[in-house]
Amino acid sequence: MEHDWILGLIGGLLIGLGGAVYLLGNGRIMGASGIVGGLVDGTGRSSWVERVIFIAGLVVLPALILPFLSGSQTHLTQNPALLIPAGLLVGIGTRLANGCTSGHGVCGISRLSLRGIVATLIYVLAGVITMIVFRQTLGWI
Amino acid sequence: MRLFLAFIAGGLFGAGLLISGMTDTKKLQDWLDIFGDWDPTLTFVMGGAIIPMAVAWRLTKTRAPLVGGDFQTPQEPKLERKLILGSVLFGLGWGLVGLCPGPTLASLSFGGWANITFILAMLVGMIVTPKIGQYIDTNPVAE
Repeated sequence: MEHDWILGLIGGLLIGLGGAVYLLGNGRIMGASGIVGGLVDGTGRSSWVERVIFIAGLVVLPALILPFLSGSQTHLTQNPALLIPAGLLVGIGTRLANGCTSGHGVCGISRLSLRGIVATLIYVLAGVITMIVFRQTLGWI
Repeated sequence: MRLFLAFIAGGLFGAGLLISGMTDTKKLQDWLDIFGDWDPTLTFVMGGAIIPMAVAWRLTKTRAPLVGGDFQTPQEPKLERKLILGSVLFGLGWGLVGLCPGPTLASLSFGGWANITFILAMLVGMIVTPKIGQYIDTNPVAE
């Protein structure tokens, strides 16, 4: 749609605002993979309540505003042969690299972090190659 | 206060992901598919998100966190193998289905079983990663 970019910009500002609240309020970097990963691998045990509450907000707010939006909100594949490997890769990859689109992308690039910029360039390039191979060439996705 | 702010931050993040269309796997994949029908939305989302964050980073230089304590210190600017390899694996998984950790959680209320399957696989991946990381750290690349 032609006004998707406006919604993208507004949504992006809200995402950045969330990161700013987490940083200036709680002193923490808003990285989704770090917040979740620290819960399941035990490294974030001392701050588990804060992590759970953050995730609660992340899950609940979209559910509350969903009725006011039109159209389908996702086109996720139903194929477990894609979902399971992709989930494993995202879980392992983001924790090995210690960041994902929010941590390395939004929070890293905005402070001109070398690690954030390099990580973002690499996962975007890997994603682009994935589309070339699996969509343009093989036609699987 | 700390928990209230955590809820607000998570809520803003989730609302932003949904409104911007970043929970829609098609928009993600179409952004990565530069030889297909390219969708520029993510560029605007990233641009929008970086503006308040850049201001916030600047403010951390002159003040302390609202709830007290210190700011979480970012990692040293070191480009180790785990950063590179991890980002390659993440990009591959991201492209395959169009989901990353934030959006898949923001999609929990409407993403159905497919989304839950992805989350469970992602959590398993996160649980086993410390072992993989140890292996990489203790086994230098063969000459």
